[in-house]
Amino acid sequence: MSHQPTTLFDKVWDAHVIRKIEDGPDVLFIDRHFIHEVTSPVAFLGLKTRGIDVMFPDQTFATADHNTPTINQHLPVADPLSANQLLALETNSAKYGISHWGLGNPKNGIVHVVGPENGITQPGMTIVCGDSHTSTHGAFGAIAFGIGTSEVEMVLSSQCIMQPKPKKMRINVNGVLGKAVTPKDVTLFIIAQLTAAGATGYFVEYAGDVFENMSMEGRMTVCNMSIEMGARGGMIAPDETTFNYIKGKEKAPKGDAWDKALAYWKTLQTDAAAQFDKEYSFDAADIEPMITYGTNPGMGMGISKSIPKATDLEGGIATYAKSLKYMGFEESEPMIGKKVDFVFIGSCTNGRIEDFRAFASIVKGRKKADHVTAWIVPGSHIVEAQIREEGIYDILTEAGFLLRQPGCSACLAMNDDKIPAGKYAVSTSNRNFEGRQGPGSRTLLASPLVAAAAAVTGVVTDPRELL
Amino acid sequence: MAYDKFTKLTSSAVPLPIENVDTDQIIPARFLKATERKGFGDNLFRDWRYNNDETPKQDFVLNNPIYAGKILVGGKNFGSGSSREHAAWAIYDYGFRCVVSSFFADIFKGNSINIGILPVQVSEPFLEQIFQAMEADPKAELTVDLEAQTITINATGAVESFDINGYKKHNLLNGFDDIDYLQAMKEEIKTFATASAY
Repeated sequence: MSHQPTTLFDKVWDAHVIRKIEDGPDVLFIDRHFIHEVTSPVAFLGLKTRGIDVMFPDQTFATADHNTPTINQHLPVADPLSANQLLALETNSAKYGISHWGLGNPKNGIVHVVGPENGITQPGMTIVCGDSHTSTHGAFGAIAFGIGTSEVEMVLSSQCIMQPKPKKMRINVNGVLGKAVTPKDVTLFIIAQLTAAGATGYFVEYAGDVFENMSMEGRMTVCNMSIEMGARGGMIAPDETTFNYIKGKEKAPKGDAWDKALAYWKTLQTDAAAQFDKEYSFDAADIEPMITYGTNPGMGMGISKSIPKATDLEGGIATYAKSLKYMGFEESEPMIGKKVDFVFIGSCTNGRIEDFRAFASIVKGRKKADHVTAWIVPGSHIVEAQIREEGIYDILTEAGFLLRQPGCSACLAMNDDKIPAGKYAVSTSNRNFEGRQGPGSRTLLASPLVAAAAAVTGVVTDPRELL
Repeated sequence: MAYDKFTKLTSSAVPLPIENVDTDQIIPARFLKATERKGFGDNLFRDWRYNNDETPKQDFVLNNPIYAGKILVGGKNFGSGSSREHAAWAIYDYGFRCVVSSFFADIFKGNSINIGILPVQVSEPFLEQIFQAMEADPKAELTVDLEAQTITINATGAVESFDINGYKKHNLLNGFDDIDYLQAMKEEIKTFATASAY
């Protein structure tokens, strides 16, 4: 028995290594595997070609989300290519005996929303999905990360993947968050400090009282965005907040199994003397509501600031100039007051009940700006039901907003929810890449509060002025 | 055998000296709707390569007939963002077998190796030397030798070695993949699963 101090990440990773290959990757056992319609069809085709089977179908969960429509879900999907992918997911799931929450199923929704809200995601697990935002599930003290389709095929056929163990980084944020500063602002702030590649090669643990005091929804938002600074994933040690969230969920352990699980989960902490390869510490008081001005999530700033000069930043001047040109912005100009054409609230980043509560807190008693098109998209049917039960639906309707049906929607615009070329969208999603929300679209990433402030004023607005 | 073996490649290259080339640029999401791995090369860098009316953008390097070859040379932080393996498929389907950059995003790097594309990470000064060599002569050839783990700018003779772990190197040299490996250890996996907490 070794007494060497270890990190939370080491504890979970090491407990899942079946074989260490010399001068190669570790063979890592995977506890939970999520699949969706876009990145799984070719993996199933691979199984068929090789003549191999799904090894543990009970440990894979399918949900349709990436290209599903967000209105009229009871009708056949109009786009034949999307319909074909949805059918492939359904057929493959049925063929191999995999749980499938397709369109119309009351459990359907975005994979990284439905996994946690149904208790599939638990502390200490290894979780993968053919989607980079699988890092979301790290909020529960799980090792969760996105994989490619070849790896989806590996997990289906062997419940394992082969990965070199990443380096370890800890990011501490302590102090008290200011007015209107949400978990989304915390993560956009961190990414702006580290840059879009600042954590590549690392797995991150978030620590400090800001995360300890955060809800599970907030922790999911933070862990979700870990990939946007290049990290494979991010995780937060499980605590009472985590256990209370999981307890009673459909797939959570019950009775004796719960007690046993809980005893184990409580051991999932980084030891006091454990070492990280890199460590950063930030003061919560330095974070204000954030907004991005460029074409990667590292190009973010406090909403009251001005767009930085290329010469004040690391990185290539030509790439920076290309980015600002795409956005139609200039160095040194403020973001406040810029006209907004679209507002999107939703996605695996900010599509949970707390996000809609925040959005409603600003739009309550106000009206949607006439020229703004707003897409309000819950992360799941369960979130949608909560929105109705809590009266948020009425607030939205009175303010002139339409509630849509769950799905990934305008986050990656695989369905009809596309921002037109040249238009500006304040979006609670995770990526502001060129064309991410539709060819030629211009994305300003922000929190649900900043999105709400833009939706009612029609321009980029500091939400602190409306609260 | 899952893909063609990669041993040694001598080829001219296509320069793309832009940083943070994300996988949404390599293949936009609206082209991810296939259920088979076919034809993704047609949409490689779609929105940088074509105008809205489908006409080619003349200033984009893939539309410049001076540049061709099996090696793509990109700026720092190549392949960031989405985990879509379709990005690697598009690069492969277009005809590239090797991508060179001074820094790769993790998932893209893994996806590339898994389908038989060799990602070669070089130092920033060496990347700059490659871009300069290509500017001097668009047909400038590079030699990537996997066995020796070296990349050479043939015109100048400048050489740099690159890292790859022994397991992945063996796979690429022989055209093996991880699924072959994992299929051979299923009994061991079964035993592990039985003892697993979840």
